[in-house]
Amino acid sequence: MATETGMSLPVRDLKLRMERVGMAFERDGKSVSVLEDINLDVSDGEFICLVGPSGCGKSTLLNLMGGFLVPTQGSVIIDNQIIRGPDPRRILVFQERGVFPWLTVEGNIGFGLAKLSRAERRERIDHYVQMVRLQGFEHTFPSDLSGGMQQRLQVARALAVNPDVLYLDEPFGALDSSTRLILRGELLRIWQRERRTIIFVTHDVDEAVQLADRVVVLSARPAKIQNVLTIDIPHPRNISSARYLEHRDDLLKRIGLAYTA
Amino acid sequence: MKLLVRPFAFIAVLLVIWQVAVNRDTAQLLPGPFGVVRGMGDLLQHGLLLKYVVASLFRVTWGFLLAAVIAIPLGLTIGWHRRAEMALSPLVQIFRPISPLAWIPIAILWFGVGDLAAIFLIFVGCFFPLMLTAMSAVHNIPAVYVNVGRNFGLSTADFVYRVIYPAVVPQLIIGSRITLGIAWLVVVAAEMIAVNSGLGFLILDARNAGNRYDLVIAGMIMIGTIGLLLDLGMRSLERAKSFRWSYSED
Repeated sequence: MATETGMSLPVRDLKLRMERVGMAFERDGKSVSVLEDINLDVSDGEFICLVGPSGCGKSTLLNLMGGFLVPTQGSVIIDNQIIRGPDPRRILVFQERGVFPWLTVEGNIGFGLAKLSRAERRERIDHYVQMVRLQGFEHTFPSDLSGGMQQRLQVARALAVNPDVLYLDEPFGALDSSTRLILRGELLRIWQRERRTIIFVTHDVDEAVQLADRVVVLSARPAKIQNVLTIDIPHPRNISSARYLEHRDDLLKRIGLAYTA
Repeated sequence: MKLLVRPFAFIAVLLVIWQVAVNRDTAQLLPGPFGVVRGMGDLLQHGLLLKYVVASLFRVTWGFLLAAVIAIPLGLTIGWHRRAEMALSPLVQIFRPISPLAWIPIAILWFGVGDLAAIFLIFVGCFFPLMLTAMSAVHNIPAVYVNVGRNFGLSTADFVYRVIYPAVVPQLIIGSRITLGIAWLVVVAAEMIAVNSGLGFLILDARNAGNRYDLVIAGMIMIGTIGLLLDLGMRSLERAKSFRWSYSED
């Protein structure tokens, strides 16, 4: 069984650091605190899942990390630099409607590749069309794709620009459970091949235990980090193994606590 | 083709009723369909019909295009900048309910009797509907598209061309279609007062110069037919494949 060092995970470089991050919104002239004192270090290539009660501020946290929002307190640091705005090196994948309906599959994947030469762009598009298994749909518009295909397309568009960090905001939340299961597997396959840092917001406990190196549990609003769980089961994870179930129960218990906290 | 049978059959029935009614009427309140056709023949013979149709279309085209070129970019810009919108909104709301026809005296004062005055009136009639369409089109851009555009590091020009423009175009086409209908309404009124040619002028002139009601109705039929064709033209634009996305989505 894994001991503290048993997994022999290589010591990886620090990629992202959140330092005393707090976020408050103005609402009816009053300041409403959403996030308080968030501290987290994420290593390069790590897969982090953020879980917590709905409305607790998971998406807000993701938007802060993506540079779409500026924290009212503290700072988000990537590669030793404070984030000042969105950047193609860090791409956010949205829950739904994230793909451009006026572009075909090809056009969407190539969206961030305008600066490449025609040949390079072609090659990149073909590569990611294959990776997300959308061969044969290159010239299809998103309205003719299923929800699952649209999400794969969004992931492909994100990966195509070669980001170091991928933020996923409940990317499979609007899909049916079997599609979700398949896409989880595909995401893992892609992650193992390309090793990006992934921050994945979900409210699905199974999703978190199946995917993450570490699961960050947030409390109810104003959200703080309640727990950080390390899931030291190698991939592919057997979702009926005793250790998997143990982690799952543990996480459920902690989230239960988070709800009442 | 089958779709066209019913409307045409219905029109034929109406024409018959019209003719019968006119035949039984002794007061001569309306010319019959044959009289109108003869009137149209007269106009064609004198080369007036084509001339007037071209004159009206010319004014509508220029008035509409000028308004579109100015009002749409302006509306998009104002709609994007909420503060500008808050500042300008009351002014727009005051100008908007003023009928374009209320501008007729000013149009004649500024431009005299002629094409320019009529074009100006159509411009005024199209300007506010187009600007408001553009403003609301910007508001309706889903935040997701804007965020994706920002995320991929587009320059401002690229952002406008590759995100804003494709996102608003379907709504602009619908708004333009409605506005072109307004332009076609305004041109008739404008031509009755501000110029000496065009379909509106034809109608007024036919009445003033000898109560030629056959020509009045001929003019009305031309206005209706051309209005229908303009609308069909704009509708075909709505169905253009590259813009179809917004209609097939939901």
